[in-house]
Amino acid sequence: MTPIVSIWPLAAILVSLLGALPIILANRQPNLRESWTILIALVKLMIVASLLPGVLEGNSYVFTIAQVIPGVPIELRVDALGMIFALVASSLWLFTSIYSIGYMRALDEHAQTRYYASFAVAISATLGVAFAGNLLTMYLFYEMLSLSTYPLVTHEQNAEARSSGRKYLTYILGTSIGLALPAMMITYSVAGTLDFTSGGILAGKASPELLALLVVLFLFGFAKAGLMPFHGWLPAAMVAPTPVSSFLHGVAVVKAGVFSIFRIIFDILGPETLQSADLGSLITYIASVTLLIASMVALTQDSLKRRLAYSTIGQLAYMVLGAGMLSATGMLGGVMHLAMHAFGKITLFFCAGAIYVASKKKNISQMDGLGRRMPITYLAFFLGSLSIIGMPPLGGFISKWNLLIGAVEGDQLVLIVVLLISSLLNAAYFFPIIYRGFFVPATDGEGDGIKEAPLFCLIPLSVTALVSLALFFYPDTLLKLARMALGI
Amino acid sequence: MKSNLHMYVMAAPLLTAFLVNIFGRNNRKVIAPMVLGALGLSSLLAIAVLKRTLMLGDLSYTAGAWTPPWGIELLVDPLSALMLLLIAAVSFIATFAALPCVKRDLEDRQHLFFTLYLILIAGLMGLVLTADAFNLYVMLEITSITTYGLIALGRGRAPLSSFNYIIMGSVAASFYLLGVGYLYLLTGTLNMADIARYLPALQGTAALSTALAFILIGLWIKMAFFPLHGWLPRAYTDAPDGAGVLIAPLMTKVTIYLMVRLMLTFQSPTFPLISMDVRTLVIWAAAIGIVCASSLALAQRNLKQMLTYIIIAEVGYMVGGAWLANDQGMTGTLLHIVNDALMTLCLFLAAVAIAYRTGSLHFDNLKGLYRRMPWTMAFFTIGAFAMIGVPPTCGFYSKWYLLLGGIEAGQWEFVVALIFSSLVNAVLFFRIIELAYFGSLQDSEHHAHASAEPQEAPWWILSPLALTAVLLIVVGLSTGPLVNNIIRLMIPVGF
Repeated sequence: MTPIVSIWPLAAILVSLLGALPIILANRQPNLRESWTILIALVKLMIVASLLPGVLEGNSYVFTIAQVIPGVPIELRVDALGMIFALVASSLWLFTSIYSIGYMRALDEHAQTRYYASFAVAISATLGVAFAGNLLTMYLFYEMLSLSTYPLVTHEQNAEARSSGRKYLTYILGTSIGLALPAMMITYSVAGTLDFTSGGILAGKASPELLALLVVLFLFGFAKAGLMPFHGWLPAAMVAPTPVSSFLHGVAVVKAGVFSIFRIIFDILGPETLQSADLGSLITYIASVTLLIASMVALTQDSLKRRLAYSTIGQLAYMVLGAGMLSATGMLGGVMHLAMHAFGKITLFFCAGAIYVASKKKNISQMDGLGRRMPITYLAFFLGSLSIIGMPPLGGFISKWNLLIGAVEGDQLVLIVVLLISSLLNAAYFFPIIYRGFFVPATDGEGDGIKEAPLFCLIPLSVTALVSLALFFYPDTLLKLARMALGI
Repeated sequence: MKSNLHMYVMAAPLLTAFLVNIFGRNNRKVIAPMVLGALGLSSLLAIAVLKRTLMLGDLSYTAGAWTPPWGIELLVDPLSALMLLLIAAVSFIATFAALPCVKRDLEDRQHLFFTLYLILIAGLMGLVLTADAFNLYVMLEITSITTYGLIALGRGRAPLSSFNYIIMGSVAASFYLLGVGYLYLLTGTLNMADIARYLPALQGTAALSTALAFILIGLWIKMAFFPLHGWLPRAYTDAPDGAGVLIAPLMTKVTIYLMVRLMLTFQSPTFPLISMDVRTLVIWAAAIGIVCASSLALAQRNLKQMLTYIIIAEVGYMVGGAWLANDQGMTGTLLHIVNDALMTLCLFLAAVAIAYRTGSLHFDNLKGLYRRMPWTMAFFTIGAFAMIGVPPTCGFYSKWYLLLGGIEAGQWEFVVALIFSSLVNAVLFFRIIELAYFGSLQDSEHHAHASAEPQEAPWWILSPLALTAVLLIVVGLSTGPLVNNIIRLMIPVGF
């Protein structure tokens, strides 16, 4: 199918970038300001959704913003893979915006205008990553995402936020300039182009050694994917307000990292080229190590948000692992997990935030008996964790099942063992939280007067939990997009 | 083709310099409109010249109608037209900020300041226009001497810094003049194109090597190429704010352009100016210079002083890029001359704006600036991102070409130095952003009432700053046309 020139991909990005202006101008009128946020989120979701039918028919939409380097313009292209990420990000932004209102107002946070404006810029950058038509464009929006989230991570503006902000920038900016940029330059100098092309652009042009170098540089260069040893920023970034952690560090930022790695494996290096150089095992090895260590570290964390952060690191490694299997089923599992994990993890973070708003509690050890006082939150938490663990009847089952089948088909016994152990570990770090909530009675007098968080918090987390459930029964659209993205 | 349009670009500031001195003496009010008028006219004419060269090719003007190689020729091709426009535009923008600063710092010497200021601009324009090696020396001295004067007008130890600069600058000028003298003895001509014709025959002679070495070292001192940079940090830090915004973006960049112009004129397939071993040596020097200057920038506790070390590191970028002797590296250098001038302008304007309100640029003084001067800091942040090399700001694209040139030439030390410097720049600027964003943490509890009311810089400084910040992105996004239509044309095939 020939690409259709369309301004809508650009519009989808610009609507929230320009939308930051009315948000800033409405500085002193919180209700107006939040109305703008919701309105922009709705418009954005509608634009993205309007592109969906065309993409499902196999069309792609392109728009060239500027000619900058010979053969590498700043160009947007909406294809199936980008569509998955864009749909997930723009729909969850809407929920996060609603949730933010409940959370930020309940806690009476300072500098809310800056918060909403930075958020709007960050979601623009996220869609830019999703819709980028070549590596340079993706890098551009990737950096924009790193920089626009800095004020969100350091929102509290205290000493802890400052050191977390430093860590955040050091890891994210350090790796993208120090590793991803040279890798991109080498790729350009070898291939003469940076366009995302199904099957890669390096076939027959690079030696196995160079490919191995590029794999390593790209995997660690996009440190937002949190592969060890470049994962340290994610737990540190938990100092941010919970809506930031939920959306950015459960969905947008971390998935931008994984999505970038997908693009590299599928459309730059090419699965077949990697296969012939036998580099799939290198990727799966790096991912497996991260996956196991992160899951075990998650067990030891008492702070709920930090436990979720380590869980995220582990789950991101699942996605990379799937892509690294280089088999159709494995890659499908990886791509699907990007979407499924997003809905599950954002639910969990929303719940953590709701618990904090309602009870000011951050640590799991203090949360005895809370489930009886906040049944809806805990029920949502239960659904979310089931999805992440990968149990039916939740969306996460579909992606993890595909991953497992992929490992079986590839005869990769080690990976099967890794996946099974890890699922057990996932259960082991989630179930105690739920058990404590419902079955361990609160110590006397503790928790009196605690009730559910405000509706602005409660509704989004219930909806995302239900979506996780629904995705098990209606995964067809996502599956179709993922299959189209992988050409299977 | 014969034309005298580009002559007027240079004549406007030169003639106005004298008028400002005469009429501004008694009536301060006429200074601003005269200076801005002259530079505005100059900018418009420079646009016309660029358009005309793109359509009609090179334009030439011979002073007094003496034909070259005897007469002095002012030659303009698309590349020098671009430089001309850069000089005119940067000085026009900088002047808006210079006016309030000079009015405050040098109340009763404004007319003198702007006389020197305009002659300096005319000299810079002359540098890019002239096609004559000796005339170039004259222009070099005009710009240097006016710069000495401008810097000496600063406060504190400025006269000493200026004196230091005079000594180094004079050494550089003597080196250059000696080199030109040798060349004249060898070829009997001073017209650069003419000299280039004789060079292949002289290949390998010790006299020619000596001549070229003298010229290059002279220019390297003038552009503060590491390790010949010693004079620059103090001179640029102590210069009055009004002069700093003009000198810092333009002086080093124009000198680098001169080096590139000489390289492009002299280099030919029959005369490889850039021999392999010298080339490696220069690139290593550039790489070491970049690393050292970046590290020295880390040690500074004053914003302006930090920026001066960044300028020195950037000189290393451009010299190294030119000596990579390939298409990509040269493109990167030429593009970076434009971009770096704009980035430096942006950051210096921001520094001037901050100094205008807070009085000092010491890091302690920058705390909490996002609250006090939100707009200034927003534009500063854009300039900082450009320096770090974050797309879509222009700094990214020139760095892209430089890196690509380094990779293609296999000069990995240069690639590593560039990446290192980008990372250091990120540290440097985020240190400032952090200070300005967090303020002092001790009194964060009562920041509600401690927060000073926003106190922005005056419009005269803020508006050029805003314009420059926007330009950084606009120029970045128009990298493609800039490279394809102007820069590529000027690089000889097979370079």
